[in-house]
Amino acid sequence: MAEAKEIKPTGKVYGADSVPQIVPGKRLQWEEAQNCWVILYPEGMIKLNNSSAEIMKRIDGTRSVAAIISDLRQAYPGVELDNDVYAFMEVAHEQQWIRPKPAQ
Amino acid sequence: MSNSGYVPNLPNKPLWLLAELTYACPLQCPYCSNPLEFAKYKNELSTDDWKRVLREARKMGAAQLGFSGGEPLVRQDLEELIAEARQLGFYTNLITSGLGMDEKRIKAFKDAGLDHIQVSFQASSEELNNLIAGTDAFQHKLEMARLVKKYGYEMVLCFVLHRQNMEQIGGVLDLAVNLEADYVELATTQYYGWAYHNREQLLPTREQLQRAEPIAHEYQERLKGKMRIFYVVPDYYEVRPKACMNGWGAVFLTIAPDGTALPCHAARQLPGMELPNVRQHSIEWIWNQSPDFNRFRGFEWMKEPCRSCPEKEKDFGGCRCQAYMLTGDAANADPVCDKSPHHHVITDFIDHVARIAAGKESAAKPILFRNPKNSKALIDAEAKKPETPLPA
Repeated sequence: MAEAKEIKPTGKVYGADSVPQIVPGKRLQWEEAQNCWVILYPEGMIKLNNSSAEIMKRIDGTRSVAAIISDLRQAYPGVELDNDVYAFMEVAHEQQWIRPKPAQ
Repeated sequence: MSNSGYVPNLPNKPLWLLAELTYACPLQCPYCSNPLEFAKYKNELSTDDWKRVLREARKMGAAQLGFSGGEPLVRQDLEELIAEARQLGFYTNLITSGLGMDEKRIKAFKDAGLDHIQVSFQASSEELNNLIAGTDAFQHKLEMARLVKKYGYEMVLCFVLHRQNMEQIGGVLDLAVNLEADYVELATTQYYGWAYHNREQLLPTREQLQRAEPIAHEYQERLKGKMRIFYVVPDYYEVRPKACMNGWGAVFLTIAPDGTALPCHAARQLPGMELPNVRQHSIEWIWNQSPDFNRFRGFEWMKEPCRSCPEKEKDFGGCRCQAYMLTGDAANADPVCDKSPHHHVITDFIDHVARIAAGKESAAKPILFRNPKNSKALIDAEAKKPETPLPA
């Protein structure tokens, strides 16, 4: 049971039009006892910090990265967040929490 | 202070709930970690008891739930318990041999919200698999593994490795590739319960481990990104103990089929345990207040060499049950540690096993399959003894 902090991305998989989805078998959930959002997976749990959770909550398999960024800008006006969101996508991908939805 | 009644110095939360639904099992694996005397515990919790346990543990903060046993599929209320657990917000893991499963049940589990199924195999060949399992299970397991995949679960395969199947490690991994497994657990046998009784026949030799390790690593490398392979060396061959259960009463809560609450599934054997039962006590009392769960919490209970050891916060002195089984005192250092004055017990045993494997020495005890008949025979033999000596 680790915490999602201090992980640096190494690759570049996600562009503005990519549509991320949560990998099947993983579950994003609010944990009252932990007082934070977590990702649950077989026999394990990752605690998310606030900013990671705000991004993860918007990953629903329909919204593109650009749409997620624009939604976050509305929620947090004046915050420069593009780079953080792109960096998070790569980290989340490497951790196998999310994957890009294949083009239809 | 938060508004949730936070009190400093309360123990951690029981994040992991292992629900051992039953000791009944169609398999007879000699490496089973269930207690030898399992035939004694007949009074299984009811569906309503389990639902209360799930509710209380979830309220305490448990997030991961393992349905285990015995074989949990024997319980006909499994679907109902999965649905209840999922609705409470548990991540639900089913740990099964696959026997007692069919497509109808897999579908029902999916509908109930089951998150994950782990299917165990005993070997990669039908002959050895069925020999170890004590029943013709292999073909059915293959079919169940395919169905697990078909219904969109991550395919997690578990192979328990020991001296009788260690040579099949390449075949085991080929089988996993064939079945399109996402994750393979090459689980090393843990020497508790039946596995401890049979350890003369089960502990791999050093040579076997030296042959197996490069094969496991080669597959890990080759299948990177496709299939994750988890492989560890048996702790008998280590010089530092495992951080057993991440510490006593730290994250792990086992409820045995008869409702006994345990800090780990092997802890029932330790002398001086009060063995609180969920029929009499709330999960909250058991976790926070019971003498059993507080017995080896923290570091106060430790003796030397653990007490002054700089690594005590990393491994918590290892496993209490292993310390008891191999040194006679559960508060001793786990003798896996080469700082333990009892470490020779482990190395002597490894040497003994090497001589058995080389045909130079014979095992003191024949291999014993895990079934109710053998369990009852052991209970009767124990009852006839004038006193209770240490397990041999």
